Amino acid sequence: MTSESRRTLAGEIFAATGVNAATCYQCGKCSAGCPMASESALRPHAVMRLVMQDRREQALTDESIWLCLTCETCSARCPNDCDPARVIDAVRELSIEAGSADMPRTISAFHKAFLEQIRSNGRLHEFGMVMDYKLRSGELMKDVTSAPGMLTRGKLSFRAERIEALDEIRRIFEKCGVTP
Amino acid sequence: MSRIGVFVCQCGENIARTVDVEAVAEALRDHPGVAFATGYKYMCSDPGQALVREAIAEHGLTGVVIAACSPHMHEKTFRRAVDKAGLNKFMCEMANIREHCSWIHEDRADATAKAIDITRTIVEKVKHNQPLESIRIPVTKRALVIGGGIAGIQAALDIADGGHQVILVEKDASIGGHMSQLSETFPTLDCSQCILTPRMVEAYQHPNITLHTWSEVEKVKGYIGNFEVTIRKKARSVNEDLCNGCGDCQAACPVRKIPSEFEAGLGKRTAISVPFPQAVPNIPVLDRQNCTLFKGRRKGLAKEVCGKCKEACLKGAIDYDAEDAFIEEEVGAIVVATGFKLYDIGREQPEGLKGYGEYGYGEVPDVIDGLQFERLASASGPTAGAILRPSDSTEPKTVVFVHCVGSRDPEKGIAYCSKICCMYNAKHAMLYKHKVHDGRAVAFYMDIRAAGKGYDEFSRRAIEEDGAEYIRGRVSRIFRDGDKVKVWGYDTLNGEQVVIDADMVVLATAIRPQDGIRDLAQKLSISTDEHGFINEAHPKLRPVETNTAGVFVAGACQAPRDIPESVAMASASAAKVMSLFSADELEREPAVALVNESTCIGCMRCADVCAYGAIEQRDICAIDGHVCGHVAYVNPGVCQGCGTCQAVCLSKSVELQTFTDEQIYSEINALCAWE
Amino acid sequence: MRGDAVSDGALADIAYYPGCSLHGTSREFDESLRAVAAELGIGITEISDWSCCGASSGHTTDHLLGVALPARNLALAEEQGYDTVLAPCAACYNRLSAARLAIATEDGLAERIPDVIGRRFGNTVQVRNAVELLRDAAASVEEKVAATLTPNPLEGVKLAAYYGCLLVRPAEVCGYDDPEQPTSMDEVISACGADAVDWNMKVECCGGAFSVSRTSSVVRLGRAIIDDARAHGAEAIVVACPLCHSNLDLRQKAMALRGEDPLPILFVTQVVGLAVGLTPESLGLERHFVDTEPLIARLIEQAAARDAEERRVKQEAAAKAAERAARQKAGAGAAPKDGDAQ
Repeated sequence: MTSESRRTLAGEIFAATGVNAATCYQCGKCSAGCPMASESALRPHAVMRLVMQDRREQALTDESIWLCLTCETCSARCPNDCDPARVIDAVRELSIEAGSADMPRTISAFHKAFLEQIRSNGRLHEFGMVMDYKLRSGELMKDVTSAPGMLTRGKLSFRAERIEALDEIRRIFEKCGVTP
Repeated sequence: MSRIGVFVCQCGENIARTVDVEAVAEALRDHPGVAFATGYKYMCSDPGQALVREAIAEHGLTGVVIAACSPHMHEKTFRRAVDKAGLNKFMCEMANIREHCSWIHEDRADATAKAIDITRTIVEKVKHNQPLESIRIPVTKRALVIGGGIAGIQAALDIADGGHQVILVEKDASIGGHMSQLSETFPTLDCSQCILTPRMVEAYQHPNITLHTWSEVEKVKGYIGNFEVTIRKKARSVNEDLCNGCGDCQAACPVRKIPSEFEAGLGKRTAISVPFPQAVPNIPVLDRQNCTLFKGRRKGLAKEVCGKCKEACLKGAIDYDAEDAFIEEEVGAIVVATGFKLYDIGREQPEGLKGYGEYGYGEVPDVIDGLQFERLASASGPTAGAILRPSDSTEPKTVVFVHCVGSRDPEKGIAYCSKICCMYNAKHAMLYKHKVHDGRAVAFYMDIRAAGKGYDEFSRRAIEEDGAEYIRGRVSRIFRDGDKVKVWGYDTLNGEQVVIDADMVVLATAIRPQDGIRDLAQKLSISTDEHGFINEAHPKLRPVETNTAGVFVAGACQAPRDIPESVAMASASAAKVMSLFSADELEREPAVALVNESTCIGCMRCADVCAYGAIEQRDICAIDGHVCGHVAYVNPGVCQGCGTCQAVCLSKSVELQTFTDEQIYSEINALCAWE
Repeated sequence: MRGDAVSDGALADIAYYPGCSLHGTSREFDESLRAVAAELGIGITEISDWSCCGASSGHTTDHLLGVALPARNLALAEEQGYDTVLAPCAACYNRLSAARLAIATEDGLAERIPDVIGRRFGNTVQVRNAVELLRDAAASVEEKVAATLTPNPLEGVKLAAYYGCLLVRPAEVCGYDDPEQPTSMDEVISACGADAVDWNMKVECCGGAFSVSRTSSVVRLGRAIIDDARAHGAEAIVVACPLCHSNLDLRQKAMALRGEDPLPILFVTQVVGLAVGLTPESLGLERHFVDTEPLIARLIEQAAARDAEERRVKQEAAAKAAERAARQKAGAGAAPKDGDAQ
């Protein structure tokens, strides 16, 4: 890849992941087996094509990249080792950096709630996370009916487990430049 | 006194761009021993060669140095020119100032200085050149063809029709190869066996062809024009001279359930059998692995537990004690035509390949490959030509054809395209629709490769006239779901996932070289590529020769190939063979080793290191005839001129002509002196 | 200190990385794992002060974060003197392994990570998951099952091994089993005397991280999995991932069709625990949303009945043999009668 091509979306993806988007010959095998294809406008092979054609805005702003389950089925079956799962990861990262992420509200809420939990406690306090999620997503009644069941089964703890070396976790988040 | 002519070539831009050709000529003019030096734009052209000839005549040159490209390119050209001018051609050498200089350097001053050094070095060498004569070796005008498929048969017929004897060796019980398994051939939909069997019979009956089936090449020695081949005729357990092909033995055999290789596993055969009714020769082979009698023998039983075939044979042709026989043949040329096999999607794979777990590793019933479909479609196949599912023998109403299984899949280890599958898939879809009018044929493809004559029209027919549905996209998974085979594919043109509940799935698996190809290649000293396909000598200009002189290649063993191309290649190989046989003698370069018998001490270290077995011991006799010592002798016909003997000789008695110690040392001295 | 290494090839103490779920909604996975490890003499010690691996939210939003969070825990394991980490949660297992691979292969990452996590990191610790561990100890499992006095409730029971995604993909990260047709969990199930059915959804995603944020997808995907397991005769689905368990167990009610019997979802460690005679309570089996009690009760009853039947048959045979022996002794002097030759 030349230094000029690094300025393209394909170049950025290559720099971040080592994947040469041009190796994708659009066979569609990834999309054929994608469990979220029926719910996404952009399937994995289509994301690869946008990358190849340097359609930055389209790729970074589509909601579809946030519907990816990271199940790795696409990458496992790709005949050319194009690793679409990794490419989609990278497109998401670029999308956040560019501030153009169009995450569905619930998914955005989930990621933020999850990461905030880790940053605060070092470990995921599920109850705390779900509370935070509800506030962020507006799904206030989410899983309310399961709560009693969780409680009686001893799966719900109200107190968070907090690790000792919290400062290390904060440091990691800082060094990665992530604020949930 | 040397009078050497130096000719420095510009090679258009190739040399002149980096090397100052005039400066080189100028520098060489003053070199001791050089009588004439000049530069020219294209030395290899007609006027260039004329220049050399004229200079030889005008200046009485005793040697010629062409400073130009690599000897690999034009040494022959210039030596011929020199020869025409009446100077011994081995007094002409090339100084490589292109590949070794202008092509690899950028600085003009440095490159020119280096070119001058190179040329001076060769001039010094030529001062020690000797006028040599080509070695002439006889040519055995018989050919060996390895492989009795359509390519091997064609090559054998062409050479035999050309008046030369051919030995055709085939490892299976019958010739015919994969073409005999096909139902119909594209693009004409000719019945495959109908067009093949006449050729098979012709090959069998041709007075110039000796056919050895159920045989393999065991060992090959020698060199072009003079090969010594050992053929192993595996034990058939049937005497070929007595057997009349009546088939009584086959009818009597109690072991009837062995999966038939010819039927691609879809049908059964007996332990003693001919692979198919039209087999040539129509002589059965006894499969000792599965034969009851031989199983008993292996267990060490005292009494023979079966003998039905022998009892049934009225000609007394069955011989349970037959052993492999070895036949020695002398031939002048070899044609390799061993064909292909299909990639298997199973778990067990050779190094570098992976199977298709996502398609079930070949364990899903009713998922078959192309050759199996051919057997279903074939009138003489296990279902008499009816398309029926292997699992329950019902007629499938939805058949999915999957292209590129293995091919174009670097992750699985096969990056290449297998060339013929797009065509045979179209054919299969058409054959299926012709037989099952209300059936649904769906083909998942990536690209359609139909580049031959009439091919694109043929593949369009499948869609336009026969109603095959072509969906562009690859299949992610194939698995059994109750009575159906579920196919998860994608339509990239429409942008949707496609799920099909098929009754049967046909996989177009990749074309690969045969098992054992690497061993055979080693025996013949030819090379194979990373996939096992035989390497041709030059991909563009020498497609039927290998890098071993006298060994030619034809058909799918060199790369995936269809029938017309295999036939064309076979005829091309035959032409090469006949051109080789057109002279009674072959000229060999005299660049072979020569022993100075007066200084040789007879230690025979040279014979120990010679990879070609070219060195023998020769007795030295006194006047009264008694043997008083021995020396080494190099057979000039066998020696390949590698120079290893020269390197190990303790007494410096053996030297490679055209690369003697004197010549080499003069080059080294020249390089060191002109620093 | 947990179980000393048993002589027959068992492992020395391994580092235990439970992950957040095993301390929360999948407590039973943790409980059953500890119980089974003790039974098999596999010593595990929880890594001191471990933190979350980041699961999908980590690597989905930031590559470096997704590598650094797991790397901290690997560094801790190294410091605490271990060479192997057991990460039963499939997501944790996958993230820890993926981090190892990324650090080993991506340019500059190995140099950056120590600074990001503020610790030395040698990338020397091996990562294993529960299925792998049990598969490698299958012989011990079989022995234990055979040696257990109570009849095996899982004998011949049809179970569907559900691997999901992260236990087997990507192949370069996981590597201990075939990514398309894995067999490790099936082997463990067989070692327990049960019948691992052949079915089609072994490695199809359950909807994973969308459990909370996009439950509709989980319901759609889970439905296909449960249908297929049932169609192939499974009496329960076996999992080794807290999220798969949650999606198929907690969410099964949402995907159930009217009048359908629920399909219990068991952790692989619970399966092994039952086979070696541990009580359902000790394995946390009462914590599931799809009640396991009816199934377990029925299986225990069936096993007891089978066992009783075997005893009865044995007793009868022994009685018959004794009778025959007595008769022979009595008739030793008399001439042989017709019908005596048995």
